[in-house]
Amino acid sequence: MDAVTDERIVPVAMPKWGLSMQAGKITGWVVAEGDEVTVGDELADIETDKIAGTLEAAQAGTVRRIVARVGEDVPVSGTIALIAPAEVSDDALDAAVAKARAVIDAGVPDQAAGKPAVETADVGGRKIRYAGVGQDGEVVLLVHGYGGDRNSWLFLQEPLAARHRVYALDLPGHGTSSKDVGDGSVGVLADAVLGVLDAIGAERAHLVGHSLGGAVAVAAAAADPRRIGSLTLIAPSGFGPAINAGYLRGFADAQTRRELKPVVGQLFADESLVTRQVVDDLLAYKRLDGVEAALHTLVDTLLDGDEQRTDSAAAAAAIGGAVPVTVVWGSSDRVIPAAQAESVAGAARHLLDGAGHMPHMERPSEVQAAIEETIARAGA
Amino acid sequence: MARSITYREALNEALTQEMERDESVIVMGEDNAGGAGAPGEDDAWGGVLGVTKGLYHRFPGRVLDTPISESAFIGAAIGAATAGMRPVAELMFVDFMGVCFDQIYNQAAKFRYMFGGKAVTPVVIRTMYGAGLRAAAQHSQCLYPLFTHIPGLKVVLPATPYDAKGLLTQAIRDNDPVMFFEHKALYDLAGPVPEESYALPFGEANVVREGGDVTIVTLGRMVHTSLEAAERLAADGVQCEVIDLRTTSPLDEDTVLESAEATGRVVVVDEAHPRCSMATDISALVAQKAFGALQAPVEMVTAPHTPVPFSGRLEDLYIPDAQRIVNAVKTVTGWTR
Amino acid sequence: MTDTIERRALTREQLLSAYRMMRSIREFEERVHREFATGEIPGFVHLYAGEEASAVGVCINLDERDAIASTHRGHGHCIAKGVDVGEMMAEIYGRRTGSCHGKGGSMHIADLSKGMLGANGIVGGGPPLICGTALTAKIRGTGGVGVAFFGDGGSNQGTTLESMNLACVWNLPAIFVAENNGYAESTASAWSVAADNIADRAAGFGMPGVIVDGFDFFAVHEAASEAIARAREGGGPTLIEMKFTRYYGHFEGDQQTYRANEVEQARAELDCLKRFAARVTETGELARADLDAVDAEVATMIDKAVNEAKAAPLPGEADLLTDVYVRY
Repeated sequence: MDAVTDERIVPVAMPKWGLSMQAGKITGWVVAEGDEVTVGDELADIETDKIAGTLEAAQAGTVRRIVARVGEDVPVSGTIALIAPAEVSDDALDAAVAKARAVIDAGVPDQAAGKPAVETADVGGRKIRYAGVGQDGEVVLLVHGYGGDRNSWLFLQEPLAARHRVYALDLPGHGTSSKDVGDGSVGVLADAVLGVLDAIGAERAHLVGHSLGGAVAVAAAAADPRRIGSLTLIAPSGFGPAINAGYLRGFADAQTRRELKPVVGQLFADESLVTRQVVDDLLAYKRLDGVEAALHTLVDTLLDGDEQRTDSAAAAAAIGGAVPVTVVWGSSDRVIPAAQAESVAGAARHLLDGAGHMPHMERPSEVQAAIEETIARAGA
Repeated sequence: MARSITYREALNEALTQEMERDESVIVMGEDNAGGAGAPGEDDAWGGVLGVTKGLYHRFPGRVLDTPISESAFIGAAIGAATAGMRPVAELMFVDFMGVCFDQIYNQAAKFRYMFGGKAVTPVVIRTMYGAGLRAAAQHSQCLYPLFTHIPGLKVVLPATPYDAKGLLTQAIRDNDPVMFFEHKALYDLAGPVPEESYALPFGEANVVREGGDVTIVTLGRMVHTSLEAAERLAADGVQCEVIDLRTTSPLDEDTVLESAEATGRVVVVDEAHPRCSMATDISALVAQKAFGALQAPVEMVTAPHTPVPFSGRLEDLYIPDAQRIVNAVKTVTGWTR
Repeated sequence: MTDTIERRALTREQLLSAYRMMRSIREFEERVHREFATGEIPGFVHLYAGEEASAVGVCINLDERDAIASTHRGHGHCIAKGVDVGEMMAEIYGRRTGSCHGKGGSMHIADLSKGMLGANGIVGGGPPLICGTALTAKIRGTGGVGVAFFGDGGSNQGTTLESMNLACVWNLPAIFVAENNGYAESTASAWSVAADNIADRAAGFGMPGVIVDGFDFFAVHEAASEAIARAREGGGPTLIEMKFTRYYGHFEGDQQTYRANEVEQARAELDCLKRFAARVTETGELARADLDAVDAEVATMIDKAVNEAKAAPLPGEADLLTDVYVRY
């Protein structure tokens, strides 16, 4: 058998987290050579210029070779390890390692290549930015939450794009979209969502909404139910009175890195996910002209005293059984209590044990599975 | 991530966006457009190193070239500020401060205090500083310590394109007189800069690199040299925290002290001359307020007490380089009583 | 010195106002001279007595659109531009109720709300600032002007010369008023100004230069009103040279051994208040009684100012650290 093309060798690749990711750095190996892994097992801790995360095994087998060293930058889709059955010879593996190492040693390619196209839609006089990837299948639109942006979906957008046309937008007041949020109502935000669908030319789309984005997705579906194929709601707002008002206000009020870091930490069950880069990027966003005002307007929309003002339950019920709904929640959510999942009428429920308010970042493969399953239900 | 533009372009963008936003912002300086009264093209230079290019045509009547009369036009910018404009005047090379310093430190800096709180002087004076271009003794100095010394002035030194745009935006919006220092060797440095307007607060240092072994406090171009040194040291297992002061007045003492308390070892890197400089200022701060935490004396890496030499070989010896910083770090890590 | 052949017609109100202003300055300075000798006034004062016609003859043409910058000898300009006399006196005494809350003193009295950019402790400090206010007026199209007062000493300072050139290059509505009182500290202007007249330099810069008898209110008013009107209409800057003398020393305490007895003669024969009074009573525009009434009012006002200043509180310890910045 040709050593170079032994097909039993399964390369573990540096994933693409986010549309702009060019390379990742291994910060630690969880597995060692010789370890048996099953699907979903943690393989390695990886850091990009945007975020830190853990790569999970996509296939089962034995880790025969670790290719990339701790501290190395590896280009996206470069091989970092090899999984192969015991029968594969060392010679074959060594040859494969040599090939993989050549790619890593050649360095990370020029930043200019492969930038995803960011588009702009004009919706009601506001510029709304969005980016899409994927060629086939139905349109999926990812809607981030309060204080987030389209990059919140960096662990999901590429993987979903294997089977769908996946878009993510920056809501008004967020990312690089217009910072004018008008009266800050969920309706204004939902208009932006529908406006992007118009710009894409999508007659039907599956919406995935996180937190405030969940309430927005519900509102968009209620406004134009025939347009929406399914709803996957991740820790959505609007399904109960309780909410961590301190988090919402703290995020809007924080002026320095010192003030912002502990606030952002509340989003995750594991606070070590909040790297300095995460905080710096959020601070840079908050300092853009108009953001401070936009966030405070949104806080006034979201809160009535210390409780939630938004009521998505009624809107969700109005959609009726026509649109399949799934709700995903982390059991350790410190921003909106997971118990509110019960209030999403007629929804399939996925409770992720030990995840915080950001399951799409903390447990992306499980969230991906939930989205796929919802889309499949819609097709039926 | 935001698109990448140069330090020069970031400054130009800050000026453009602020001039669009606020009609009272005007620009003046020698050759800020260029070609005044000459038969060829208008806006021929857009500033000696091109920072103000394009503004002349885009904002008619608001970009004024000046004769070589610093005391008159810097003073005019200051006077116009007291009358309600927001002038951005250019002192082409900070080395020229001698001919107009009175207007800056005796007039602008003191109006508010001397007039019992009744004056507001929102002037920005942009100026080039720093060695490395073989521009020799009278075009290469780092004189920011002289301005930092003066109560009533604010002193700002961005090290990156992102900081340049945000700090210049803040300087223009600020109601106090601001000396805005641009290192001439940084104009071509590229980096990510948001397209939208944003202002960075003064008095906030930036921890550009985290590390638990040694604190390197630095500013301006030396931030990059310090990061270079930190990379080399990391390979030897020494993790440096690099703090970019960003503004010397106001000064973010808390960030410096917090880091000094954590590492106990401080190196200050400052391209200015060694006497009465930022290096001595930070050393005194640390010695006074973090004394108990120190494991070694503070090391200072600065230029020598000489004018800036012309010949390339000498100028390269004059400017602190990464090796000297590495050596200083090793001194503090290896220090024993 | 020019003879005043004709003068612009001024109304009765304007004439009374001019007299009141000059008398106020005179009384203010004479009183400060007396009080300073008691040792109660801190620091330095530089008195304007004798020069009143210059400040008033110029400033009577100005309004809220206009700004002036002054010198260390600034009390006269302050009063002529409408700065509150009581606040000025309190400032000279270093009191919290002073124009600058006691933090500026005689040499830094200012009131930006009245377009008074301040007395200035730096010779030649004012002209560049006035280029700035004039530039602002030009850009904003207000029709306003800037007036830079400086002395014969200041006329030699680089800042003044640069400002004159800049004002001509930019065609600014700026009036440069050289108050040539014969001495820059102890040095005669005849010696330190190489040209025959300061005003002769104007042509070198490209603007008109006018020489005026600084003791003659009407001559000053004539020249100033013309220059200011021209500047308002976009006709550019002018240099006006006042020729007169100061009645007191450079600073209070100056023994003035460098002088002859020109003050005695000036007070007797050239004094601006005497000449003004003689003129207006001769033409019948004002009566002696009108002037006497003003004299009495002014005396009362100055007296009140001094008494209040002496009784006013000093700034407190906390005041030391305030108002360095708008926000630090």
